[in-house]
Amino acid sequence: MTENKRIDAATGTQTVGHEWDGIEELDTPMPRWWVISFWATIVWGIIYVLLYPAIPMLNGATPGLWNWTSRGQLEQELKAETLRRAPVTRALAAIPVEQLAGNEKLYQAAIEGGRAAFKVHCVQCHGSGAAGSTGYPNLNDDDWLWGGDLPAIHTTLTHGIRQPDHDATRFSQMPAFEGVLSAREVDAVVGYVQTLSGKARPNAISASGEAIFANNCASCHGVQGKGMREFGAPNLTDKIWLYGGDEASLKTTVNKARYGVMPRWNNRLDPITIKMLAVYVHSLGGGEANAVPDKAVAPDPAKVVANVRP
Amino acid sequence: MDILLTRVGAWLFVAFLAFAAMAMGADQAYSIHMGIVCIAALIAMLASMNGFDFLTERFPKLGGSALQSRYDDDPIRWGVIATLFWGIAGFTVGLIIALQLAFPVLNLNLEFTTFGRLRPLHTSAVIFAFGGNALIATSFYVVQRTCRARLAFPGLARFVFWGYQLFIVLAATGYLMGVTEGKEYAEPEWYVDIWLTIVWVSYLAVFVGTIVKRKEPHIYVANWFYLSFIITVAMLHLVNNMSMPVSIFGSKSYSAFAGVQDALTQWWYGHNAVGFFLTAGFLAMMYYFVPKQAERPVYSYRLSIVHFWSLIFLYIWAGPHHLHYTALPDWAQTLGMVFSIILWMPSWGGMINGLMTLNGAWDKIRTDPIIRMMVMALAFYGMSTFEGPMLSIKAVNSLSHYTDWTIGHVHSGALGWNGMITFACLYYLFPRLWGRARMYSLRMINWHFWLATLGIVFYASAMWVSGIMQGLMWREYGADGYLVYSFVETVAAMFPMYLIRAFGGLLYLSGALVMVYNVWMTVAGKLRDEKPMTETPYNPEADRPYVAVPAE
Repeated sequence: MTENKRIDAATGTQTVGHEWDGIEELDTPMPRWWVISFWATIVWGIIYVLLYPAIPMLNGATPGLWNWTSRGQLEQELKAETLRRAPVTRALAAIPVEQLAGNEKLYQAAIEGGRAAFKVHCVQCHGSGAAGSTGYPNLNDDDWLWGGDLPAIHTTLTHGIRQPDHDATRFSQMPAFEGVLSAREVDAVVGYVQTLSGKARPNAISASGEAIFANNCASCHGVQGKGMREFGAPNLTDKIWLYGGDEASLKTTVNKARYGVMPRWNNRLDPITIKMLAVYVHSLGGGEANAVPDKAVAPDPAKVVANVRP
Repeated sequence: MDILLTRVGAWLFVAFLAFAAMAMGADQAYSIHMGIVCIAALIAMLASMNGFDFLTERFPKLGGSALQSRYDDDPIRWGVIATLFWGIAGFTVGLIIALQLAFPVLNLNLEFTTFGRLRPLHTSAVIFAFGGNALIATSFYVVQRTCRARLAFPGLARFVFWGYQLFIVLAATGYLMGVTEGKEYAEPEWYVDIWLTIVWVSYLAVFVGTIVKRKEPHIYVANWFYLSFIITVAMLHLVNNMSMPVSIFGSKSYSAFAGVQDALTQWWYGHNAVGFFLTAGFLAMMYYFVPKQAERPVYSYRLSIVHFWSLIFLYIWAGPHHLHYTALPDWAQTLGMVFSIILWMPSWGGMINGLMTLNGAWDKIRTDPIIRMMVMALAFYGMSTFEGPMLSIKAVNSLSHYTDWTIGHVHSGALGWNGMITFACLYYLFPRLWGRARMYSLRMINWHFWLATLGIVFYASAMWVSGIMQGLMWREYGADGYLVYSFVETVAAMFPMYLIRAFGGLLYLSGALVMVYNVWMTVAGKLRDEKPMTETPYNPEADRPYVAVPAE
């Protein structure tokens, strides 16, 4: 091959002497910076292998001079963070939820923590702005199904709504009136309900619904239709509708009933996080002042249930 | 006559088996696939009856009787057309899924058109159909010329081409029907894997056979790279796809590996699919077509030896860097990271050898749009092979992993390096394969160059911004120690970047469509009447300092 070597005119470099389909190769030495960088990465690699877990053995691998592990690093970081937050966490654990509003610093800490937890666990149904959607209540307004003071929200979060595996869960069930009421009666009661919130003007049909309402609905929704929080029965006199206030939606609600559920969080989240969530939801705009317990006002559930037509 | 009869009989037998399997298929997708195989076997039988070159005889412009080649170029002519066809298909699906990410309604509420099914269609179409056909076609072209020998086993070479197309069709239709092993870049199910193995071993036989019968004393560097690509891909494919079918009449199979072992095997495969398919194979293309187009000798023979061996030795260990901070043991993560870093210089060896080959011909960047594409390809190769080792560093990876940064990285490599070098090689090949003086229009190549380059810039920069933003938002903690953003907020923040990405993809696709027109006219034998791509005139007489002439 030696005889084919020649000096390339443009670069002044000698060719190797091989030729394939007109392609020749120059005998340029490897660029010095390239060789040095290559060796540098190799040296760095050897050092890294010595410092970190690297070489697999029969049982585990060489731990490296720094004894670093990814699990260890995570554990360390979590420990440091737990320690940093410990005073706040302890205080939050100790304070009853209804007293949180009185402690400005803890209250703010709870709102921040609640906001973070809300974004992970609640936005899927209630939306990232907590505005809800059909079937999922808006948490920004002051319309509450099961109560809007801190203890009530806290109870809802802890025990969930209509969780079949849990006795303490909030529970009620609206009957499906299909077959119980005739189609004309459903029309009438829907017409009547629509007059309650001023959605429709009273007329002959809605007037005939008043009696049906009193017999079938008032036991839970109240005689005036203002709802009852003991049963999560919505107020029908406002313009806020969970499943829609138009005629078709209301007919479906009356005929088929609704059965909205919410997870209970006491088997997924720690008590402090639930507390913080309660404060956050309460702070969104519609939170109510803590109720003063008054047994006299509460209706006797047994009496109310007995009023339902079989 | 006996051979012909045997061949026809064999294909008929295959068709019969496929028909039986179709009838007994446990699921619809399997039956449809066996129906496709049955039709393919019947077509092969008809082709055998007419002799192998039936396609070229019916479509003389595709080769055969109309074009006299001293080398066996018919499979290469089909190959470059297939490359272009699958390229357009792959780019189009890419644009569709980019738009789906921005506008989910484009999923059309149909299982066949959801992102989850179209995404592997896109990746496989561009990597294996576009890239794979480019590799097969150029390797057949290069190996013949650098060995001064016609293809060994010409019948087998044709089988490789058509068999590979059948593989693509089975894989693509399978994705749409939801047939998948769930392994990224290795989604086809067991029977398609077996078919690809047969095709790939035939490919290896043709390639090695041609090298064995070479009339040159040495094996050219491009062929080292092609050979390493073919052998390693065979090994990767066989190991990663080891699985047990539920039934030989059903499409479902279960992997031989489980848990973290499965993940490691998958990414050993996945990373080396990048390393040996998209790097080694395309470096082979670079090593032949860049010196040919530049008409310059390769920069450094020594560098090519050292960077070849270091590249193939190091690449095979780098896969675990896809599994940083997972259940993979720390030592394996160290292995992946260290080898990825050391891989940096061996990768750059290819870029240096490519770019510096232009020594003495740098002016061609101004005048030759094909050289311009090659230089841009090498520049993107250099950028991606720097970015890759950087992303493999654990500290960087903890930010970049699972974000769009990875998508940006992959596309700067795929669009910039693989796409650009393939376009350049195709522009080199089309006039030569069809006996034309040059491409129909050089200015349209220039248009393609700029559309593609702008497309990549929009794409990659949008994904960098989106990926880094996404990573930072995920890890943003407030002073109280709580996460600041929810996942859905990061998705909403990325929307503008998704639009820019889709626009970049549209530009890239448009460039490829300009190429299709240019190629069409070239094959048709037309020459565009256009201003030549020359520089401003140079007058050496005027280009010197003023020297006062002494008065006489």
